[in-house]
Amino acid sequence: MRKSPAEILESTRLIGRRGLMLGGIQLGVVSALGLKMRSMQLDHADEYRMLSDGNSIKLRLIPPARGLIHDRNGIVVAGNEQNYRVTLTREDAGGDVRTVLDRLTRLIPITPERMDELLAEFRKRSAITPIAVADRLNWEQFSSIAVNAPSLPGVTLEAGLSRVYPRGGDLAHAMGYVGPVSDYDLSKIEDPDPVLMLPEFQLGKVGIEAKLEEVLRGHAGARRVEVNSAGREMRELSRQEGQQGATVQLTIDARLQNYAAQRLGQESAAAVVMDVQTGDILAISSSPVFDPNLFVRGISGPDYRALMEHDHRPLADKTVQGAYPPGSTFKMVTLLAGLDSGVINGGAGYYCPGYLELGTRKFHCWRNSGHGHVGIVASLEQSCDVFYYELAQRVGIDRIAAMARKLGIGVRHDLPMSAVTEGIAPDREWKKARYDQEWRIGDSLNASIGQGYVLASPLQLAVMTARVATGKNVQPRLIRAIDGVPQPMAEAEDLGLNPAHLDLARKGMDAVMNSNRGTAQRSRIIAPEWRMAGKTGTSQVRNITTAERARGVTKNEQLPWNRRDHALFVCYAPYDNPRYAVSLVVEHGGGGSAVAAPVARDIMLFALAGGLPPLSAVPDGERAGMEERHKLMTLIAPDDQPASGSSRA
Amino acid sequence: MSYLDYKVTQTPTGIRKILYLNWPLVFLLTAVSSVGFLMLYSVAGGDIDRWARPQMERFAVGMVVMMALAFVPIWFWRGISVAAYIGCLLLLIAVDLFGAIGMGAQRWIDLGPIRIQPSELMKIAMVLVLAAYYDWLDISRVSRPLWVLLPVVLIMLPVGLVLAQPDLGTSVMLIAGGGIVMFAAGVSLWYFGAVIAMVVGLVTTVMKSRGTDWQLLHDYQFRRIDTFLDPTSDPLGAGYNIMQSQIALGSGGWSGRGFMQGTQSRLNFLPEKHTDFIFTVLAEEFGFIGAMSLLALYVLILGFCLHSALTNRDRFASLLTIGIAGTFFLYFAINMATVMGMLPAKGSPLPLVSYGGTAMIILLLGFGMVQSAHVHRPR
Repeated sequence: MRKSPAEILESTRLIGRRGLMLGGIQLGVVSALGLKMRSMQLDHADEYRMLSDGNSIKLRLIPPARGLIHDRNGIVVAGNEQNYRVTLTREDAGGDVRTVLDRLTRLIPITPERMDELLAEFRKRSAITPIAVADRLNWEQFSSIAVNAPSLPGVTLEAGLSRVYPRGGDLAHAMGYVGPVSDYDLSKIEDPDPVLMLPEFQLGKVGIEAKLEEVLRGHAGARRVEVNSAGREMRELSRQEGQQGATVQLTIDARLQNYAAQRLGQESAAAVVMDVQTGDILAISSSPVFDPNLFVRGISGPDYRALMEHDHRPLADKTVQGAYPPGSTFKMVTLLAGLDSGVINGGAGYYCPGYLELGTRKFHCWRNSGHGHVGIVASLEQSCDVFYYELAQRVGIDRIAAMARKLGIGVRHDLPMSAVTEGIAPDREWKKARYDQEWRIGDSLNASIGQGYVLASPLQLAVMTARVATGKNVQPRLIRAIDGVPQPMAEAEDLGLNPAHLDLARKGMDAVMNSNRGTAQRSRIIAPEWRMAGKTGTSQVRNITTAERARGVTKNEQLPWNRRDHALFVCYAPYDNPRYAVSLVVEHGGGGSAVAAPVARDIMLFALAGGLPPLSAVPDGERAGMEERHKLMTLIAPDDQPASGSSRA
Repeated sequence: MSYLDYKVTQTPTGIRKILYLNWPLVFLLTAVSSVGFLMLYSVAGGDIDRWARPQMERFAVGMVVMMALAFVPIWFWRGISVAAYIGCLLLLIAVDLFGAIGMGAQRWIDLGPIRIQPSELMKIAMVLVLAAYYDWLDISRVSRPLWVLLPVVLIMLPVGLVLAQPDLGTSVMLIAGGGIVMFAAGVSLWYFGAVIAMVVGLVTTVMKSRGTDWQLLHDYQFRRIDTFLDPTSDPLGAGYNIMQSQIALGSGGWSGRGFMQGTQSRLNFLPEKHTDFIFTVLAEEFGFIGAMSLLALYVLILGFCLHSALTNRDRFASLLTIGIAGTFFLYFAINMATVMGMLPAKGSPLPLVSYGGTAMIILLLGFGMVQSAHVHRPR
């Protein structure tokens, strides 16, 4: 279609008119922009320039108070305390930092080394940057500096909040601690909250503090302040308060936790107390403990080295990070696998001559003389190894591993703690993947008594015990409520195990404690309403070598500490209406019945009694020792309230 | 096919085309970009490698693209306009479907080394297709409702897709860009009046929708509106940027603080000072004189484009030139108004000056077509 010259003319005329209109509109907009520039840069330039470099308005963040952490009864286990700090600004000190610091030394202790550090820092940093000279001043120091302020130019007193753990080391491992924000921390966070850049800000480093960082941190507030050219605040123009982090309530019972920590003492040990119905973790204690407050304040080199070099590894959380061969406490798993798969029935039994020969290898029972004919209940009661060797050969490892996972071993439980281990429930596939080797029947035999490749954490053992006790798929949990909102509890489903089979396992565990031939009979609870069922375990860390045997070392006690057996014990009570499960591991402690069982029994009793139990709950022979131990403990009084620690809730 | 009306043989051919380029426009574009290099050098604290050098490389590539496009006959651009539009539309759909997540919105297609932002390409394609449409359409029909509806649909299709990303700012620019071509083509002013009335109505409705179940904008978009109306209401977020930007601008005064002496920008009060807030740096360091000089350069670019458009008897070429210049105008006006606190912060670059490849290449691509229109004008 050709256009006629008339059309082209018409088009050009139209575009010309509209083009000029458009140009006019655009020019109008540009003029508006120009006028605005003129108004800002010429008419109001002085105001803006003043804002820019004279008395300028700055935005200061108000760090939010960190959320508090309570135990299940409202006892504060992590709070905030006022922290008085003194800072010095070089420019305001008239440049003579040394003199001012010398004067300060008379009021607060500053070591010569610290003095050198400070002087170096003052040389390095800008003259207008306030540098913290000392913090955690007590009230006397704080007020003495305040009184002497006129002769201390450039010195500013600041009050801030810092984290405090009023219960010290009791819950150190689960709780973790906060510490200064490092570049490494920042590099891990996408789009970090500006509040993290504040020099004194602290964030959760490990444990619950780290896992619930987002919840606990809160939101920063902001102040608009007028500052002079030296950067000093002249006045506050407006203030927008921040929001404190959420209050977190744990399932932990601080009093029980405290008791457990003291009961474990300086042993390298771990104890977990769990409510078998709800899965609530009531106590989760790893020992020896460390004081998390040291980390908040910035731990000193020697202190840190002492913790690192201690052969009992106080910094490790043995309850969830530690993976131990569960030893005989694993026998319930093997037994249930056998019953569930139909390999044996309730009336089954094997003959134990003290060993089992497999080809050329001899697998020993712990009792060299053998147990004779052993039924199911007796196999747990006397912890006969040969019974389980026989059983394992018939059940096969895959079914044992499946049962272990069903009962919570070899499964990672989702608790907000650091480095929660998965443990190992080994099977053919696992060995193939891990070692590229075929599974051998000897491996099954070892696994059947919780040795060899099997590894479980104390948490997993507690879960296993709770599941055996209830027959339900109990899930552990640590967080009870956040900001008063109860956290959802996974409804425990039935594990689908035959009640008659579970009953056999429970009867066996009952016999361990309450029959005359039970391995932990000495640690039984005689109060009928608290009747306890349990299982001992002694797991070898290493075989006694032939060379050692030749030198006459046959007993565990003769070995160096770190090669002795682990002592384990799991239990639940009351037998007929289970409420609590306890698992206990004493690293290199020796025998489960002698070392682990009494400790677990005491912790269980404290949980059942809701405080120090009456001595009448234990057999005569145990009472004196128990009374003695209790005398040495300082416990949290029953009505102890969150007195120390926090002023803000 | 109106190019047949002109004596095609009289249009320059081959290398001789270079003589017929709109050279003042070439120099002006280079001048504006050079201001950008200077400012990028300044905000990097005297580091040329950080932003200035990559920007120069992009400019060089963009210039080559522009020259290459200028040599392509204008009727070629008209020929591919519909295909370009449909292509961009498909890309926009692709972004909505698989786009990478960036800044809370899906805007890019990642093709390994290059990232395509189809909404930017669409700004050019839309001008192309509308110019072609009005070239084809009989002038007497321009204001007939049915013939107005078709370009409106052409505009609203991509706008809908861009809104879905969601990118309100680009949607507004697409509407305004298309509106400019329609306006230049001679669509009755009554339609524009009606649209303005509708927008006013819509804005009122949107503002009223806040907090109800049928809320029409994201919360963050409402917050931006709040911040725009009162920058101090959000002193930590976007309002902070605007306040700092205004302080920096204002403190520039008559002649500025001098090259590389801007304290606000130096002290990192300004975010994105190398991209969206670069005008602030210019205004702080070179003051009113510097800011007005850049504005003058922009106005001259508009002027040369308008002159080229009005002296060109090819309807397609005129409309294309006005449309591209209009898009360019929208870029710099929106950016400047934003940093001065006259528009809500939306993150738009200052054309040819802000650091960033997409906008620069797209604009030079557009100006390449403007040059093509200039070179191949009927004589």
